[in-house]
Amino acid sequence: MDRMDRNVVVPGDLLSDDPKKAGEGTYVKDGKVCSLLYGMASSYKDKVRVIPLAGKYVPSPGDTVVGTVQDIVFSNWIVNINSPYEGLLHISELPRKIEMNEMSRYLRIGSSVMIRVKDVDSTMKVELTLNDRRLGILTRGRVAEISPTRVPRLIGKGGSMINMLKKELNCNIFVGQNGRIWVDGNDDDMDLALKTILIIEKEAHTTGLTDRILEFLRVEKEARS
Amino acid sequence: MIGMDEKLSFFKNGVRLDGRRPDELRPIKIEVGVLARADGSCYMEMGDNKVIAAVYGPREVHPRHLQEATRAIVRYRYNMASFSVEERKRPGPDRRSNEVSKVSREALEPVILTSYFPKSVVDVFVEVLQADAGTRTAGINAASVALADAGIPMKSLISSCAAGKVDGEIVLDPMKIEDNLGEADVPIAMTPNGDITLLQMDGRLTPEEFRKALTMAKAGCEQIYEIQRKVLVDRYSSMDEPESCDEVEGLSEEEI
Repeated sequence: MDRMDRNVVVPGDLLSDDPKKAGEGTYVKDGKVCSLLYGMASSYKDKVRVIPLAGKYVPSPGDTVVGTVQDIVFSNWIVNINSPYEGLLHISELPRKIEMNEMSRYLRIGSSVMIRVKDVDSTMKVELTLNDRRLGILTRGRVAEISPTRVPRLIGKGGSMINMLKKELNCNIFVGQNGRIWVDGNDDDMDLALKTILIIEKEAHTTGLTDRILEFLRVEKEARS
Repeated sequence: MIGMDEKLSFFKNGVRLDGRRPDELRPIKIEVGVLARADGSCYMEMGDNKVIAAVYGPREVHPRHLQEATRAIVRYRYNMASFSVEERKRPGPDRRSNEVSKVSREALEPVILTSYFPKSVVDVFVEVLQADAGTRTAGINAASVALADAGIPMKSLISSCAAGKVDGEIVLDPMKIEDNLGEADVPIAMTPNGDITLLQMDGRLTPEEFRKALTMAKAGCEQIYEIQRKVLVDRYSSMDEPESCDEVEGLSEEEI
């Protein structure tokens, strides 16, 4: 029984007899590729992979995420990145040089930041950086949270979903890899944006979602005007 | 109670007191994702057993000293509600539930890929709401489904069920009266491949009887596995196929 291609699979389901096809979310046992996760199996670049339906965010270098400052310790900020592992932002990773006694003036406990994962070592020490023009402290807007497994859907193929949302909602939206989303715009637009994001999270596994969301936004906007 | 002179019988015309054949399971009901606060959850009924399982994690380990540098630890807490049995049970952990927690954890740990999440913990909580013999097997079944629901990487699901001996005959999935007055009880847990991760025995069996009980319990686990799998698959059956999504890159052009 070949339980492959865009099917819901559970851990242990046989996906393929060709060990070369083992992709993300799978493992090989006795020359057979089996699923590691409860999720959707699909073919991707002649590999079989399983996209999970739930799960936690595990940081990997290069990810851009939205975090909240949890604590300030000796020359480091401890940043919650919605993950089992906390992030460390060293004082030297800021775009400009600041003194240690100024730390809490620049980033207070509770501040939200758009931040990049610089490095993750084998002990899961997560180093963060703010040293990029596209990163920075979030002083306006709102932050929503969805399951990190739904992030690819919210962005869509080649950014189709997210670009549509930005255009239709007249908001600036940033989707962090950790499932935190920063939205900035006027209050009514942000309300609608957060509502839409939650719908996308709930219906991430259905087909024709981008079109349905577009329709939903048109109806909502009509009702508003 | 039944007097010594009375001959008690667990069978009438070849069927058991509740009308089951000797190799028949009790009716099973499983619901997934019943708790909003937990990362994964499952409610399960096996006959008159009612259990609920909640999974949290992987998350940070508290207290810190339990943390392992190279893998996630698994904690399993089996707890019986004070109203789950006929005579009120004194709440809280006791010798029995500590033991059940330990063997259940060891039944699930072999399939969980703990190396994927170093320095973290996967917490499993199983609450028995109503007990009717075989609560540890029901708890393991529910916990396995809840772990899948939480998105924890596993080599396979785990299914668990018991076989017992009453009136000299081996029966599958004994209910309360058969368990209390029967001669033996053998709970097992296994993967769909037949690898056994839990094997206990209470009472006395001859080697032949033991083999028969084991075969019967394994067959029961296979039936349970199909139900567990079906429940998980059906949960998302409303969908046909997901739109493929690109790997995420270059998210936002605008600056703040």
